Amino acid sequence: MIFDLELILDSIPQMLMGLGLTLQLLFLSLALGTALAIILLLMRISGRWVLAAPAMAYIYIFRGTPILVQIFIIYYGLPQLELVRESILWPILREPFGCAIVALSLNTGAYVSEIFRGGVLGVDRGLKEAASALGLSARQRFIYITAPIAIRLSLPAYSNDVVSLMKSTALASTITLLDMTGIARTIVAETYAPYEVFLSLMVIYLVLTWMIQRSFGWIEKRMSRHVRSEI
Amino acid sequence: MSDNQQDVIVQVENVDKFFGDFQALKAVNLTVARGERVVVCGPSGSGKSTLIRCINRLEAHSSGRILINGHELTDDVKDIDAVRREVGMVFQSFNLFPHLTVIENLMLAPKLVRKTSKTENRELAMEMLARVKIQDQAEKWPSALSGGQQQRVAIARALCMNPEVILFDEPTSALDPEMISEVLDVMIDLAKEGMTMICVTHEMGFARSVADKVVFMDQGEIVETGPPATFFDSPKSDRTRLFLQQILSH
Ligand SMILES: Nc1ncnc2c1ncn2[C@@H]1O[C@H](COP(=O)(O)OP(=O)(O)O)[C@@H](O)[C@H]1O
Ligand SMILES: [Mg+2]
Repeated sequence: MIFDLELILDSIPQMLMGLGLTLQLLFLSLALGTALAIILLLMRISGRWVLAAPAMAYIYIFRGTPILVQIFIIYYGLPQLELVRESILWPILREPFGCAIVALSLNTGAYVSEIFRGGVLGVDRGLKEAASALGLSARQRFIYITAPIAIRLSLPAYSNDVVSLMKSTALASTITLLDMTGIARTIVAETYAPYEVFLSLMVIYLVLTWMIQRSFGWIEKRMSRHVRSEI
Repeated sequence: MSDNQQDVIVQVENVDKFFGDFQALKAVNLTVARGERVVVCGPSGSGKSTLIRCINRLEAHSSGRILINGHELTDDVKDIDAVRREVGMVFQSFNLFPHLTVIENLMLAPKLVRKTSKTENRELAMEMLARVKIQDQAEKWPSALSGGQQQRVAIARALCMNPEVILFDEPTSALDPEMISEVLDVMIDLAKEGMTMICVTHEMGFARSVADKVVFMDQGEIVETGPPATFFDSPKSDRTRLFLQQILSH
């Protein structure tokens, strides 16, 4: 098989026109998902059943079902409900972009909250006891001791999750959005050249993945200054 | 509050502690007066850590009463906070906050609990670091210090809260032998300055020279209490004698 090089050189810039949308999907749902993750985490570790149980159920459902199905339910399913059409969220849920953001955020929130919980559980109990013994309140212990250490512990898993989320943004193309994958699918429909186009698309995603990993590598290095001993 | 009570810093009355069905403390009584140095010893698992962890409520006792400087320890968070401000604690595993520098480790509790100014806290921290002879390490990360240095920082951190009494839970057990004396020296200095101390340790030399009172625990009970001279030279109980033989023979 011979690759049509010209087609590749042609399609890459076209697909990159969708990069902005891909990044918007990534960063918006990452921010919202992380905020949601923190709320879910606090509910889970609150020690109060009425808060912990709903959070656990939520996490179980969103981690236990395909994200594509979640996107479909939000995009195709919710508008059927009058309640939704009359709610203040309708302007968001009416648009495919809004639906994609909501679905990706809800899904990421579930995963990231488990990652953060792992970090919190990884904090040495002795450190919390030392903080108690110094008279810090439960809230102060969480803010000044548990959280900063848990964040450092969570970072590698969190960075994997950002990569996953970046890849999941491609699913937005199934609900008519023209992100990079959406554009690729349009080009393929016109040119019948799936190999060239999708392989080029893969390369673009790989570069994005590499950039995300590098950024987190840099952050991790900065945040673990304290374990290097030369300072 | 009568004069008599004011002189008692720690009062443990008839305290039991259960972990599930297991009784870790059995009707323990202990009174520690201001300025008194108490050494607690006993075999592993005898309840020494449990006792001192109950004194600052890292564990809740099951029955009996514990009073610190007149405050009774109950479930009330306010009481617990009040007591913790008066009780410092030094752990076997140092427990320095790894994400904070040495001086930040010392400044955190004064900032959050006493809400004093940053300059004040820094001055106080440097003063306490000087007291444990480690001021030149102020800006380092704890992981860059030796075990002995870390434990001295932990002592300085406890001192920053100006506690009425400091609890030590085997402060030298995790240290390499050559670092034990630098920590013991700091503790001896504190004792000389009149600090009230309850110290779980198997350093019998330290107990002999510093303690006003040695407490021997076994299986959750206080078996014997006495001044070091009588405790070491003429122990009353067979269990104490056996323990001393074992610990002094190596
Ligand atoms: N959190 C806990 N849960 C259950 N058992 C415990 C707990 N802490 C201590 N124990 C038990 O209580 C006993 C006394 O422990 P500890 O006070 O740590 O002894 P020591 O400090 O004298 O070695 C031990 O048998 C230990 O296994
Ligand atoms: Mg112990």
